[in-house]
Amino acid sequence: MADTRRWSRSERPPRWSRSERRQRPPRWSRSERRQRPPRWSRSERSERHETLTLRARWEPYRVVLASRIRSQRSYRASFALDLGSSLLVGLVELAEVAVLFLAVDRIGGLTLAQVVLVFGIADLTFSLADMVVGHCDELPRFIRAGTLDVFYLRPQPLLLQLVTSDISLRRLARASVGAVALVVGLVLNDITWGPSAVALLVLAVLSGAATFAALFVTAAGLQFFLVNGAEMTNAFVYGGRYAAGQPASVWPRGLLVVFGFVFPMAFTGYLPVGTLLDLPGVPGLPGWLGWCAPLAAVWAWVLALTCWRWGVRHYQGAGG
Amino acid sequence: MRSPVGTYLRLVRAGFREQSAYLLAAFGGLVANATFGLLKVAILFATVRAAGGELRGYDLAEMSAYIWLSQGLLGSVNLTGRTDMADRVRTGDVAVDFLRPLDVQAAAVATDTGRRLFALLPRGVPSVVIGALLVGMSTPGSAWTYLLGAVSVLLGIVLSCACVYLLAVVGFWIVETRGLQILYMVASGFLAGLFVPISLFPDWLHAVAVSTPFPSMMMYPVDLLSGRVEGLPALLLVAQQAAWLAAAAVLGQVLTRAGRRRLEVQGG
Repeated sequence: MADTRRWSRSERPPRWSRSERRQRPPRWSRSERRQRPPRWSRSERSERHETLTLRARWEPYRVVLASRIRSQRSYRASFALDLGSSLLVGLVELAEVAVLFLAVDRIGGLTLAQVVLVFGIADLTFSLADMVVGHCDELPRFIRAGTLDVFYLRPQPLLLQLVTSDISLRRLARASVGAVALVVGLVLNDITWGPSAVALLVLAVLSGAATFAALFVTAAGLQFFLVNGAEMTNAFVYGGRYAAGQPASVWPRGLLVVFGFVFPMAFTGYLPVGTLLDLPGVPGLPGWLGWCAPLAAVWAWVLALTCWRWGVRHYQGAGG
Repeated sequence: MRSPVGTYLRLVRAGFREQSAYLLAAFGGLVANATFGLLKVAILFATVRAAGGELRGYDLAEMSAYIWLSQGLLGSVNLTGRTDMADRVRTGDVAVDFLRPLDVQAAAVATDTGRRLFALLPRGVPSVVIGALLVGMSTPGSAWTYLLGAVSVLLGIVLSCACVYLLAVVGFWIVETRGLQILYMVASGFLAGLFVPISLFPDWLHAVAVSTPFPSMMMYPVDLLSGRVEGLPALLLVAQQAAWLAAAAVLGQVLTRAGRRRLEVQGG
């Protein structure tokens, strides 16, 4: 059966042939689903990997994304407002922290210039993750409306479909605020430049984006259970973004456990900056901890994929 | 025939009861509120301590009262700019609303107010309780403060619903109001004092904030409930809230009538 599923680009569209569809109805009964999870098994996937070129595999995703980009640009006035607003979101978030420095010189041991750097890394990485996977927030809507079942019918991995179902161009404006803050922060602070400083920064940005992306996926996985309680995950997704821009040195122990390690927000800004600038940091934590940002990202993805798998297994379909 | 006011009060009740069906959603909101509250406590307390125990008239207990009261009101004051009304205008469903023997604006604001009032029970009060228990806060002395505070909270909630309605009916002209909604969300949250009290703003920004209706939605009710503003100044704040509400109501009427003439529904 697996042989019939090989298709080349010319043989698209990626729908099942008639005979196949008869063998495998678009909805599974409960018992069947347990035997046969609605995603391709590993062996099937690797087989497809051999038979399809990378380009052909990417093609359906590219087409979807291109259409999403076109659609966002079609309401020009709204798109311009969207871009402007997103820019403002970033500026206001920076202002929230900066305003506090009107009255004091240091908060949690950090000067304004240092906080700008923390904010820059955290905000840039959050916006990048938000642009690519932020629309996973829409999952409860798909679940409620029953449109998620359509995703199950397509011969592509569910998570990958969801991620590539949209891309939010307006987040580019948002990311630019983070990028500018990052550059300003790098200029204002006294950094001993060298290969290790550059490596630390690159690591911090890449792992930060991966960590935030993992948070979105974690939240999406939990939505299968919460459905109407979607706001609960905002506690760690948007709360996490808020936490990431702060000096972790002000957190009490409880917050440090939650946002330092369970949802490793401290690794997306504060800790790498602490290592880069050689700051005293949180008492009891070593100064080289900023180098562990990739480990934090790996942990966040373990958590994310666990939640996602768990959610997908739990999903029963919306009936109909 | 029922009195017109009675009809809208029933809509408020309907909105209230509608939300009572979504308890898990309300609980989710509470978890998010409490998390943000604790993060705000961490950063704002650190700032107050760094400033030597007092920051522009805020000590730790007052800062705590500000944080938890504002987090508690967050579920009830609409600072996101999102409403059903915006969707109804975009899809043309609003045509049905115009057929009903009700004022479209009053009905929409009444229903929304009912929904938002409900959030005080599962989100508002528990947030304040969590804050009082975990962190502790200052409390006002007199019963008068609570009474005036309650009036102010109610005015703030209705005002936020009335302003969001304005945002929705702008959709008669620009169809897709998403961008405008995000702009509103950013501006309203910041200027209403959701992230930091507006008295910490630099003077020029403070002047900008108080010339908008946003502090009337959240900052003033919080100031009154926490007992930061008392006596005549408190009454003046409430009067200011009422004036903004009247302005929003009038503007809403004008826009609704103009929009109605512009509305074009296709199909049948």
